[in-house]
Amino acid sequence: MSRIRVVFDQLRQQGRKALVPFITAGDPNPQATVPMMKALVEGGADIIELGVPFSDPMADGPTIQRASERALKHGVGLRNVLDMVAEFRKTNTTTPVVLMGYGNPVEAMGWEAFARRCAEVGVDGALTVDFPPEESGEAFQHLARHAIDPIFLLAPTSAPERIDAVVAAARGFIYYVSLRGVTGAANLDLAEVASKVAAIHGKTTLPIGVGFGVRDAETAKAVAAIADAVVVGSRMVQEIEKSTEQNVAANLAKLTRELRVAMDSIN
Amino acid sequence: MGKYDFPDARGHFGPFGGIYMAETLIPAVDELRRQYEHFRDDPDFKAEFAYELAHYVGRPSPIYYAKRLSEHLGGAHIYLKREDLNHTGAHKINNAIGQALLAKRMGKKRVIAETGAGMHGVATATVAARFGMECVVYMGAEDVQRQAPNVFRMKLLGATVVPVESGSRTLKDACNEAIRDWVTNCDNTFYIFGTAAGPHPYPMMVRDFQCVIGNEAKQQMPELTGRQPDVVIACVGGGSNAIGMFYPYIEETSVQLIGVEAGGHGIATGQHAAPLTANAKIGVLHGNKVYLMQDKDGQIIETHSISAGLDYPGVGPEHCLLKDIQRAQYVAIDDDEAIAAFDALCRFEGIIPALESSHALAHALKIAPGMGRDKAILVNLSGRGDKDMNTVARIKGITL
Repeated sequence: MSRIRVVFDQLRQQGRKALVPFITAGDPNPQATVPMMKALVEGGADIIELGVPFSDPMADGPTIQRASERALKHGVGLRNVLDMVAEFRKTNTTTPVVLMGYGNPVEAMGWEAFARRCAEVGVDGALTVDFPPEESGEAFQHLARHAIDPIFLLAPTSAPERIDAVVAAARGFIYYVSLRGVTGAANLDLAEVASKVAAIHGKTTLPIGVGFGVRDAETAKAVAAIADAVVVGSRMVQEIEKSTEQNVAANLAKLTRELRVAMDSIN
Repeated sequence: MGKYDFPDARGHFGPFGGIYMAETLIPAVDELRRQYEHFRDDPDFKAEFAYELAHYVGRPSPIYYAKRLSEHLGGAHIYLKREDLNHTGAHKINNAIGQALLAKRMGKKRVIAETGAGMHGVATATVAARFGMECVVYMGAEDVQRQAPNVFRMKLLGATVVPVESGSRTLKDACNEAIRDWVTNCDNTFYIFGTAAGPHPYPMMVRDFQCVIGNEAKQQMPELTGRQPDVVIACVGGGSNAIGMFYPYIEETSVQLIGVEAGGHGIATGQHAAPLTANAKIGVLHGNKVYLMQDKDGQIIETHSISAGLDYPGVGPEHCLLKDIQRAQYVAIDDDEAIAAFDALCRFEGIIPALESSHALAHALKIAPGMGRDKAILVNLSGRGDKDMNTVARIKGITL
């Protein structure tokens, strides 16, 4: 059974929701990433979403764009990111890792090589933002062959037949984008999110994570009340920007813990 | 060749094109596709488009025989399709009008655009003023500097120009920022995309609106010379003026089609914007799968061209297909050759061409002397060069 499945099953039995922090691999530097991943787990993360730097992150707001630029200055590419996961797996064999990024670095590497390497190093899922199910058929056969879950986005604007197509292709969990806009925007409509999440739940048994706009413990708690997982991205990256090389891991652990406590207080 | 029928229903030109967009924009792209499929054959839409092209843009644009230049070269006769004479000074207005008419029918009150050289930005600002729409144009900060006159024109026309500071601060970054705006505001905003690339239906739709160039030329050349040209040449950045000129000629296989990319400092230097000529790998950017300049990690690399309008790492999907099926050839012209052609047209014909169009012209200058005097080359003079005064002066070491 996949690590993602195990985690969601355990959380469901405990009546808790998954906390899914996002950081960009290589930000602020390549050496910092694995210690930061460990700090996230220590603070209470259930799944780690690891961003693959890309030169043209069209779906991201300024905060995650800057994270990509910092990582690219160090020359961090997809192969390096996969190596970082291998390093992380030397001490952690249970926390699922989902890669999130754009399709072109994977196209450049080749989907079969990518999927094989994901399986080797212990990546559990892959979300390629600009590859919708219609364009992903052949590419995602390679992921399936190596038991890597393809994670897909759904949005407030996704029509019912669109939701059907996406849930049919998705594995692991569904990532619901809670607002119209890029990552890090700030206008979260909780009632709309709740009704949309309920609508998606009616069509799939997959867990649903909500992200894009979770910016503090309070919103994390509110989202935890209506979704199976809470994804926190830009807020994590802002914490990295505020920190020094010495205290970045400790600060991320502290922030994660705050989110964790808030999410667990819904029971 | 057999019947040429591209793209398919989901925008594929063979292995190229498609819809590679984040889920957040898929509904907006789907809606655009449905609306365009509905209106493209609507008689009222077609009539209004034709009216605007005739009375607002000033079409048909003439074909001009460059007599002195041809005699100087001593080979094939060179003809120019004068898109530079259009209102706003380039072919970009054809497409901007078409998309604005669609925006109007879709009830969108706000239009956005990306621009490189500024010609598409000016065209969009123009049609926004014409139809009473709010207009925001995204432009790389580097291009804002090198195309200052066009920035001022857009502002005069009432548009907001947003300089984009991310990435290489050129056209591709302006595209990224426009896409971010669209995903945030797609309910009330129409993205007037400037070239024959991007997610379906843009490559098809922009081609359809620009085809007026080739359709006119196909009628005008026999009237003027008694037959079709032997060679048709157009510059290719994203490729909208070229596909507008080429498409009506695709099944006329006696006509050779040549697309001219920006060779920058030379293909060998790596500092260019010529993905087709340099045999770049296939990749995905801005919603479509195309030949794309990228490094081994799949990161998009910075391009270089003297001409901001050609300074783009990708190229429209239909040009990728035309290259693969060998219906069109693609070559590169470097910065120096483009400037020499620019000078030649100024001096021999009294026409100041855009630096983009100077690339197409430069290739004509290169091949005409080796062709017989009974041959004809048709060059798409896609725009005029007024906007390039600062750039050309700087290259010549002159302070204006």
